[in-house]
Amino acid sequence: MSANLERLIRGRQWLDAGFAVLGAAMVVLCLGTLGILIADLVRDAAPHLRPEFLNSFPSRRPEDAGIKSALVGTLLVCLVTAVVALPLGVAAGVYLEEYARKNRLTAAIEVNIANLAGVPSIVWGLMALGLLVYKLHMGRSILTAGLTLSFLVLPVIIVATRESVRAIPQVLREGSYALGATRWQTVSRVVIPSSMGGILTGSILAMSRAVGETAPLITIGALSYIAFLPPAPITSAPPFVSFEWLESAFTVLPIQLFNWVSRPDPRFIENAAATGVVLVGMTLSMNAVAIVLRYRLRKKYTT
Amino acid sequence: MASTTTQPESAAAAARRRGRSPAMVRRRRLVDKASEALLFSAAAFSIVITVGVVGILVVESMGFFEHVSIWDFLTDTQWAPLFDDARYGIAPLIAGTVTVTAVALCVAIPVGTVCAVWLSEYSSPRLREVLKPALELLSAVPTVVFGYFALLIVTPFLQKFMPDLPGFNMLGPGIVIGLLTVPYVASLGEDAMRAVPTALREGAYAMGATRLQVALKVILPAALSGISAAYVLTFSRALGETMVVAIAAGMQPNFTFDPREPAATITAYIVQVSLGDLPHASIGYQSIFAAGLVLLLMTLAFNIAGYRLRKRFREVY
Repeated sequence: MSANLERLIRGRQWLDAGFAVLGAAMVVLCLGTLGILIADLVRDAAPHLRPEFLNSFPSRRPEDAGIKSALVGTLLVCLVTAVVALPLGVAAGVYLEEYARKNRLTAAIEVNIANLAGVPSIVWGLMALGLLVYKLHMGRSILTAGLTLSFLVLPVIIVATRESVRAIPQVLREGSYALGATRWQTVSRVVIPSSMGGILTGSILAMSRAVGETAPLITIGALSYIAFLPPAPITSAPPFVSFEWLESAFTVLPIQLFNWVSRPDPRFIENAAATGVVLVGMTLSMNAVAIVLRYRLRKKYTT
Repeated sequence: MASTTTQPESAAAAARRRGRSPAMVRRRRLVDKASEALLFSAAAFSIVITVGVVGILVVESMGFFEHVSIWDFLTDTQWAPLFDDARYGIAPLIAGTVTVTAVALCVAIPVGTVCAVWLSEYSSPRLREVLKPALELLSAVPTVVFGYFALLIVTPFLQKFMPDLPGFNMLGPGIVIGLLTVPYVASLGEDAMRAVPTALREGAYAMGATRLQVALKVILPAALSGISAAYVLTFSRALGETMVVAIAAGMQPNFTFDPREPAATITAYIVQVSLGDLPHASIGYQSIFAAGLVLLLMTLAFNIAGYRLRKRFREVY
């Protein structure tokens, strides 16, 4: 072999090895950033990471301030989002996979859903402000916030549902039809139960998105100083359930964080960091559950 | 046998026992029809939402353009709708949005593409199984937390090298948005590269190519369509990103393309106005809808361009 060729080959091998190092470095850089982010949050938040922080209202004194109202607000807004978006998204996904004929209307709906997924989140906030708050007079309430976030996560749930419905073997459906089941019986007793895992994974990811979403809720004018809880859903007088909380003003964890991080008083930074720890803890654990679920499902389908 | 001792069953009774009495069949058919209608309305609801979004933006923007000429809106270089001497030029907000997006893409595209190539062509399957979801966690962190990160960690870090960098600037948030969108490029890019048939890869290896040559000369061109889809998604995420910019870039309209300066993006302006208490139907209120419409049009234009691009590069195996 000529020396020239050998040099050429060695050069290429060096480049190859170099890229192997570069690629690994980039992946480590990204994961390292995530690590630094979390470590720094925890360090800044340390003085506030105690139970009272979860159980006290925001306050002018940073050392007394807590996230009770924001935590309850986040949970209630997510509850509304789940109740609205999950049935709607699953139904739409199932329709598009199992029923929709190939025609212009179906194509229009599909293109439309793809476009909805690309709408910037702040635009959802504008829609909610203009339409829900001012045209439909829902106020700056938990209901408005929940609906806004449901529209925002709807495409995520639809896409997840479609993917998992598509993955169901055709023989299951045929078996059901062979037993004389109607289409609805097949869909409701065979298709949806067998695609539940994928739907669940998508729904968890959608809800984790809803937990962290800030901009659209700021746009509808969610107040950030809320030192009260919404009315309780269970009352002592008949009919024992109350939906008054839906109309209540609220704040959520990300807005509370935003509020504290934009204060000039640096002592509030610690509060912001502690809120960040709670928020990151919630979203990352939801994502971790989704990852494990997805992993298990794939194993189930491949074996 | 038991059947010999019991009364012979009538045909109707047998049908009922098997759940096929005429009434039951009719009911099932009804349920079938009703459920299909219900599912269809859920799917069609997405169109109602779209009409709602576009409708409200257009209606409120029309109110805005009754007061402000489109010419001023597009050519004036100052944006100050809330001042007494109000100015309505969208240019500064667009400049801010473009600058932040450009910085973000300068981070996300090289880092993300290298990660994608490495995950697809270099890492072992077991490692990939762990690293890919771990990377995706990066985009699961709420963006408001990334805003905190940009303001309190990245900007002070950058100030060590650039002492003149102000506390609010576009560089820090741009870099952070780039980092948080890396998983889109890495994950979708890797999906696209692994969808390239193994035969192509093996052919190149058989010719004596190194992994890098296979990746750059065979896999990347073949997966270009999928990779460009990942780039388009990253671009629209960066364009619409709000909280990082609102927290760390200063929310001050500034007609500049210099990332070291503070500025406002379209999204940050909308947040800034929403924090105040603007009366409904005032010009300030309408201005956020006009700004939102511009953002939506920019996103849409880029998505259409991306779709065209993808169609051109699509390789079918």
